[in-house]
Amino acid sequence: MATLMRFTKTVMKNLFSKPVTTAYPAGPAKVQERTRGQVSIDIDKCVYCTLCAMRCPANAIKVDRNNKIWEIDRFGCIQCANCVNVCAKNALSMDQHYTSPAAKSVIVTYGAPKQESEKEQAENKSEK
Amino acid sequence: MGNRSIVPFGPQHPVLPEPIHLDLVVEDEKVVEAIPSIGFIHRGLEHIVKKKDFNDYVYVAERVCGICSFMHGMSYCEAVERVMDVDIPERAKYLRTIWCEMSRIHSHMLWLGLLADAFGFESLFYQCWRMREKILDMFEMSTGGRVIFSVNKVGGVLRDMDHEMLSNFIKQFDDMEKDIIELTNVFLEDYTVNTRLRDVGILTKEQGLELGVVGPMMRASGIAFDTRKLKYAAYEWIDVEPVVATEGDCYARTYVRIKEIFQAFDIIRQAVKQIPDGEIAIKAKGMPNGEAFVRVEQPRGEAIYYVKGNGTKFLDRFRVRTPTFANIPSLLETTKGAQLADVPILILTIDPCISCTER
Repeated sequence: MATLMRFTKTVMKNLFSKPVTTAYPAGPAKVQERTRGQVSIDIDKCVYCTLCAMRCPANAIKVDRNNKIWEIDRFGCIQCANCVNVCAKNALSMDQHYTSPAAKSVIVTYGAPKQESEKEQAENKSEK
Repeated sequence: MGNRSIVPFGPQHPVLPEPIHLDLVVEDEKVVEAIPSIGFIHRGLEHIVKKKDFNDYVYVAERVCGICSFMHGMSYCEAVERVMDVDIPERAKYLRTIWCEMSRIHSHMLWLGLLADAFGFESLFYQCWRMREKILDMFEMSTGGRVIFSVNKVGGVLRDMDHEMLSNFIKQFDDMEKDIIELTNVFLEDYTVNTRLRDVGILTKEQGLELGVVGPMMRASGIAFDTRKLKYAAYEWIDVEPVVATEGDCYARTYVRIKEIFQAFDIIRQAVKQIPDGEIAIKAKGMPNGEAFVRVEQPRGEAIYYVKGNGTKFLDRFRVRTPTFANIPSLLETTKGAQLADVPILILTIDPCISCTER
């Protein structure tokens, strides 16, 4: 009988305990201090040296040195944080929150001619 | 003699999330022969080495496989470090060892869950994955990633674990161990589970040696060999004895993997006790020129890495021999004479990872 009832203790425990899973996105997602969510840039510190673009394993970052534009393909990025490690001016950092899911690719541009925030861009896109 | 027919198995099959295809030649319900075909998800990762800086390729190497991603990244770094003759700091070696063993626990827990799913024990499957989730949280806490860690680099590691974090982990492992003992006893002692695993797919020691079987599958057939004895990372200072079973059936393979989970806990405890203070990385100067082989023990078995550099920042050749590839011949051997209903379990007990195999 004992061999048949091996799992009973676990079953009983389950009946009287709370679910282990959290109801994301209704509740907040669990993130840690070191979580690599997405790359964020402090564009004022950036000197457009193109080092991040050259070292990106996924070629997700494009930097236009002449027009001073820094561009990232959010879903092309693999969150390896290599660009953060190589940035000489410490302009790049890892944000703990992931990019929100989308049906189309999200390419975010920073720098001249006009500095657009991600929110504005999303709005512009939805208008189109 | 019954009627012969061919039953296709995979590449998409409910029990197996991996794209392997087998043509099963069956006589009534009995499998006479299995003809494999792989190549559904070839990504050409080995070739990228010619186009990416060898320092940046680490991030590609660890994407060879999603389960042993840490070990793939680490083995690539070890291989390049051997070519460049770089001796990394001891602390980095110990940190790599700790992450390696954490990967092993997470991989074996995942596999146990899949096995439970294969013989139709759904709640056991979820319980195993619940335990695995805790390890993933620990990975996120220490490296920043849950599946792909990106903490390796040529010359050391990128992240450190302080004393507080390590002792916190040890405490969590102590709790987990109790839960896992309870859970794994179901696999080892439950009557119903035993009827599905005992005396199914026997691979003898002689067959194993002949077919070049690796990893837990090899040790379940009574061959006492573990690549961790060959000294990479910090394993030279750590006490590791291969876990061996002699039956060679599915039960023995499950037994070996379960014991390896507890062995991994033990290794982490040893490593945390011995870890020295100091640097976690040194700067690797120059370019790799020459070639090197590295053999590591992944959760699934022995993986072989080959790296050849030509003195520029692009490597000439990078080659991986993954454990699943070495285990496919023995899989075919065990399916001969098996019942059709046992085939999913036979495939699962080699712990197949087809994305590794095809890269």
